[in-house]
Amino acid sequence: MAMDINRQHRFKTRIGAALRHITLFIAMSIICIPGLWIVLNSFRPTVDIMAKPPVWVPRGLNLDNYRAMFGGAGEGGVPVVQYFTNSLIISVTSTVIAILIGMAGGYAFARYRFRGKSAIFIGLLLTRAVPGVALSLPLFIVMAKTGLIDTHVGLIMVYVAMNVPFTIWLIDGFFRQVPPDLAEAAEIDGCTRWQAFWKVEFPVAKSGVASAGIFAFLTSWNEYALASQLTRSTFSKTMPVGLRDFTSEFTINWGGMCALAVLMIIPALILTFLVQKHLIAGLTFGGVKG
Amino acid sequence: MSKIKLPTWFVLILPAILILVAVVLIPLLLSLYSSFTPYRLTRPDSLYKWIGTYNYEKAAKSWVFWSAFGRTVLLLTIALNLEMLLGLGLALLVSRVTRGQRALRTVMMFPMMFSPILVGFQFKFIFNDNVGLVNNALQSLGLTTAAIPWLVDQKLAMFSIIFAEVWSSTSVFAILILAGLFAIPKDPLEAAKVDGCTPWQTFRHITLPFLMPFIYIALAIRSLDVARAYDIVNIMTNGGPARRTELLWTLIGRTGYVDAKMGYANAMGYVSIFMAIFFTIFFFKKLSAARAELGMGG
Repeated sequence: MAMDINRQHRFKTRIGAALRHITLFIAMSIICIPGLWIVLNSFRPTVDIMAKPPVWVPRGLNLDNYRAMFGGAGEGGVPVVQYFTNSLIISVTSTVIAILIGMAGGYAFARYRFRGKSAIFIGLLLTRAVPGVALSLPLFIVMAKTGLIDTHVGLIMVYVAMNVPFTIWLIDGFFRQVPPDLAEAAEIDGCTRWQAFWKVEFPVAKSGVASAGIFAFLTSWNEYALASQLTRSTFSKTMPVGLRDFTSEFTINWGGMCALAVLMIIPALILTFLVQKHLIAGLTFGGVKG
Repeated sequence: MSKIKLPTWFVLILPAILILVAVVLIPLLLSLYSSFTPYRLTRPDSLYKWIGTYNYEKAAKSWVFWSAFGRTVLLLTIALNLEMLLGLGLALLVSRVTRGQRALRTVMMFPMMFSPILVGFQFKFIFNDNVGLVNNALQSLGLTTAAIPWLVDQKLAMFSIIFAEVWSSTSVFAILILAGLFAIPKDPLEAAKVDGCTPWQTFRHITLPFLMPFIYIALAIRSLDVARAYDIVNIMTNGGPARRTELLWTLIGRTGYVDAKMGYANAMGYVSIFMAIFFTIFFFKKLSAARAELGMGG
């Protein structure tokens, strides 16, 4: 009898485990397939992508889409290299500035007491909640008046402002984890506050700053709503806006678009893998303990 | 040197405040002002004509505006709840896996790297009625012979948009909830087992309350940029066909840039701003309440 219950129990656990694995497999497939589909199509000729009946077994995989993309204004005529450079310049510069401003701000919120602190903090964060499309209307007018439209500087300023609130939130969380005694001890040993910060506190919070940086970079790298209105020409268009170049009134060059999509994802992929651990720690501890 | 010494904290947060004033606050004040004018991009002098709350009244009386507003609230409610539930489910599943968990976690983060506009194109492609992956698969499996108009029919189009939105953002929830699951202290769980709690009771009364702050962090982070859904919708349907999937954001974008009615668009923009701020404050309130309950406030 006891054996029987035991066996029955084991049977139940096994069924449970099997169900869990099947569900997990389906979930992971749904997560992966759309992305893999893009990658696969970037290597296929457009005829195969659009084929009816569909071509399920990939054939004739080639690099034509990539060749056309990097071939400058050849077939399709999308200046991808220029877009990539624009994206890189704008994202990197705005990230560096956002991190410097965010470090100063985050440190202030983590280490100093002042009146209206939480009100200022919430106020800063709320600026991030303004929908891009609603902000883009007045920004468009202001930038057109100041001549900043269609320039790198204009978009960099916008992305710095977009990233600063979140960067402050994350970095504040990391500096809170550094015991204040550390810096005090360094100051007693004759360091100035400035030296104590760079020699003692910064190294401890370094990983957090890095993950905030990645987050800021990804936001700028992927942003579309504002960039689509504030850029006009190849001089400042970023890659997300460039994706639209593959669409014309009636047709879409899917193969070419998929190739550009892959080019967009690769840097994001590498960076995310590099910091994934810190990123999770940053978000949760910044939020839970903050 | 007789310089007034500013407090250090002020000097440190000054750059942040300056850039936000320049890029967010001043444009927002301008848009607030212009929402009281009949401003059109094509006629710059119309910026100086004051028409009071005309634009707001026009929006309040407009059926197009209210249906877009309702649809936006509906989309956000469905999408955020689904993302939370699916994220919770996914996190629980992954947390039970012992081998290869790191790899699973990495795969789970995959959609987070996709630009929303890319998500839009990707699903526009996948749900294409003629050559899309979904219809191709259904037809090849013999489940249907018709081309299902995923992005044309109103209900199917909303479903497709919600699917894309949920696909791109569930991982934010899953990852944060997973981090929460790892941080749960083991003692209460074991005590519950000893006291004979069923797995459901343990989950309901111990695991879930502990996870709440993590869920609210995810909701708070998401509410900070829910409007990113604009990119997805803009590409997939752009509010069409015939306004059947019109959201507040696509309506604002079209009114402002295509119809060039900036004043009216800004008035509607303000409604969307207040909606976003309401969502954000709501979730931050919940977050601090959940934190206080667990004694983590500070």
